[in-house]
Amino acid sequence: MIRRRVAGLACVFALGAAATIPLPRSAQAAEVTSFALENGLDVVVLEDHRAPVVVQMVWYRVGAADEEPGKSGLAHFLEHLMFNGTETVPEGVFSDTVAANGGSDNAFTSQDYTAYFQRVAADRLDLMMEMEADRMVNLVIDPESVDAERQVVLEERNMRTENDPGALLAEQRGAAQYLNHPYGIPIIGWKHEIEGLTRDDALDFYRRHYAPNNATLIVAGDVTPDEVRALAEKHYGPIPANPEITERHRVTEPPQLAERRIVMEDPRVAQPVVIRTYLAPERDPGDQREAAALTLLARVLGGSGITSVLAQKLQFETQDSIYTSAFYDGTSLDATTFGVVTVPLEGMSLAEGEAALDRALAAFLEEGIDDDQLARIKTQLRASLIYREDDIDGLANSYGNALTSGLTLEDIEAWPDLLADISEDEIMAAARKVMDRRHAVTAWLSAPQGAEPEVMQ
Amino acid sequence: MIRAVLSAIIAVFLPLSAMAAVDIEDVKTPGGFTAWLVEEHSIPFAAIEIRFRGGTSLDAPGKRGAVNLMTGLIEEGSGEMDSQEFAAAREALASSMRFDSGRDTLSVSFRFLTENRDASVALLKQALTDPTFSEDALERVRAQVISGIRSDATDPGEIARARFDALAWGVHPYGTPQEGSLESVSALTRDDMMAAFKAAIAKDRVYVGAVGDITPAELSVVLDTLLGDLPETGAPLPPKAVFQLPAGETAVDFDTPQAVAIFGQEGIERDDPDFFAAYILSEILGGHGVESRLTEEVRSKRGLTYGIGAYLVPMDLGALAIGQVATVAERMPETVDVVRAEWARIAEEGVTEEELEAAKLYLTGAYPLRFDGNGTIAQILVGMQMDGLPIDYIATRNDKVNAVTLAEANRVAKRIFRPAELGFVVVGPEAALSPAN
Repeated sequence: MIRRRVAGLACVFALGAAATIPLPRSAQAAEVTSFALENGLDVVVLEDHRAPVVVQMVWYRVGAADEEPGKSGLAHFLEHLMFNGTETVPEGVFSDTVAANGGSDNAFTSQDYTAYFQRVAADRLDLMMEMEADRMVNLVIDPESVDAERQVVLEERNMRTENDPGALLAEQRGAAQYLNHPYGIPIIGWKHEIEGLTRDDALDFYRRHYAPNNATLIVAGDVTPDEVRALAEKHYGPIPANPEITERHRVTEPPQLAERRIVMEDPRVAQPVVIRTYLAPERDPGDQREAAALTLLARVLGGSGITSVLAQKLQFETQDSIYTSAFYDGTSLDATTFGVVTVPLEGMSLAEGEAALDRALAAFLEEGIDDDQLARIKTQLRASLIYREDDIDGLANSYGNALTSGLTLEDIEAWPDLLADISEDEIMAAARKVMDRRHAVTAWLSAPQGAEPEVMQ
Repeated sequence: MIRAVLSAIIAVFLPLSAMAAVDIEDVKTPGGFTAWLVEEHSIPFAAIEIRFRGGTSLDAPGKRGAVNLMTGLIEEGSGEMDSQEFAAAREALASSMRFDSGRDTLSVSFRFLTENRDASVALLKQALTDPTFSEDALERVRAQVISGIRSDATDPGEIARARFDALAWGVHPYGTPQEGSLESVSALTRDDMMAAFKAAIAKDRVYVGAVGDITPAELSVVLDTLLGDLPETGAPLPPKAVFQLPAGETAVDFDTPQAVAIFGQEGIERDDPDFFAAYILSEILGGHGVESRLTEEVRSKRGLTYGIGAYLVPMDLGALAIGQVATVAERMPETVDVVRAEWARIAEEGVTEEELEAAKLYLTGAYPLRFDGNGTIAQILVGMQMDGLPIDYIATRNDKVNAVTLAEANRVAKRIFRPAELGFVVVGPEAALSPAN
């Protein structure tokens, strides 16, 4: 058993010259403990004894990007069907039992993982583990309920995607971004493929991927590692490992040689927007430096609506935009994206808006980063290590996300120090490398020409 | 059969363990302010939630959107600092100050590291007492607000909400979007910002909750510094709103695949003696604990929607009992029928003893789980004060839930669910808009 402190909390690092505040004393850190059961289940315990609450999360190392061709949406469909029940805990009883104990439960699916969680009073952990371990291997899918659940998923897609032109554009942009990798397929699935998903598809996927040696159990809150170990041994311990589980090896992208540009028009668009994403490296085990530089780059370019570079250049020095941002999330199993956004001033065309964005980016690459700005960003990152101590659920989430995206506890611990250590030169080098238009998709979203969007008053 | 199994599982449970004590201190400052404080010294920061009663309902006639726009400008320059200098100063302190306005309140959510307390307080005081409202910032933030108004105008959920509010509350401020209209926001001036500021931020309407690494004495100094120079009085609150939503369906034609419906009727006030019974009933009908009747009928049995909920919304000047659902256009008429039938069923038949007990178990068990995180608890503390609840309320609240009897619940069900008055606003293409029935 390895006992650790939350990554970076005790670390002290030098700030740039512009630092205006003394170093904070280290917080009363949550303890982080990890161990593995003999059947391969990884367990991480995050202790926070301030309130008698506990969160159990089971993260499976399988997501939408692990689906077979033609079966898009299957990982997410299975996530829904996991609430169908088992022989001993029939449909609805799991969630109703959580509720009867005052708790809440839910699940979520990404490209790289599928996770289930319950948040309950700390003395209910035994029961939660009993039920979650039960559905790891004993799922029963009632054939009668499959059609209704598929319909629920289609309505979820209607709500999240079909009713939102911005979400539709994001799907088209993703598909254009990846020439070969499954990240180009939406997590919820293409509509026509969701319609074809069957009970057998879901059960096959379940049997292939749901096993203790393909999961990480995270328990956070008012518990001790010894309690968690005893309960995990009792409930998850008897489940045999699945010998068929292997490392994930996904197809990779070929060299991207051609810039892609997509134009989408939808009468429901009230606010035209330009979004560009560049293919970008992700955090890899033992190799996170470039991802750390890109994380800081996103903060420098778009982390604040007032002080970041794009806001300064496009909303203050000129009034070319009414909104700008930059985004990057390096926690991903395979290559991710770095994005920039501008909403041009009313009356300006998207071509003009994009040209202004390009001028701002070119000027940034020329001028570099203001020392004071970088120092302030690093101050805030360091403070966020204190603030996040107050959010044990968020901490559990970030551990689960990282651990099912190919990273290790060592990588998670190293991350805050890495961010603090990255120099301006490294950020600029990462910026020059990532902003290669051959690897980029530039997307325009607007209402059709002449069709003034209907404005309800 | 499923229910029987559930009861068996529940039966083996012990009663919920007592929640961790939330020790609230009633802090009276020398300057005359009151704050409720929970000391929590294990992490070196504090969260202070400050709320001013009134919010966007204080907009002067013809100035809809003034308080909202003004709230967005508080952080856009004050004292000798312009927008960027203010933001840079805040970033260097790693403190956060979020300014928000709602129908009933203007709120300031303030969070700071202990070691930066004095400098952070000085910065927030400057924003709260000496905002610049420069023309540059006004134009920039106005453009952002107008962008949001345009986006809302093509979002089916926002269209439904706006139409529902207009029908429900008429000319009262609750009846129009608090962001204002394109016309009203375009016409707002710097003078309007000063007037909205004077109307909304004053000593006579302030409430404070604080949680974290701060003592009562320290909090007193902070509050007297922050709030001591505010004006004594702001604008009077508007009168109560008169609920006037017509029964039946109101259709708004909008071309999008999935239709959205908001449904409801007049609700019940927070201080009504029947409030807890009504609260439990709304949980059974459309809540998020044990599968609600609406979720079971609309989602689980028929697959009509991804999510449906119904809940009570008691506001300072009016109360709603409302719900929302979205489904593909062709299936909206069926969905509306199911909701209507459930609304009638709970009024006529009431709820069962099992449903009542399950809802109580959920609500009483979930209550202690709300108290997580300094900022969250500070918000709960300030909400309790604005609702006029006693300082020992947390310890007695679950007793009030448990005290509701089946007879009481079913009497109140008839009182608050009145199917003949139930109104729907449906936004979607023609297929969604069923003939009124």
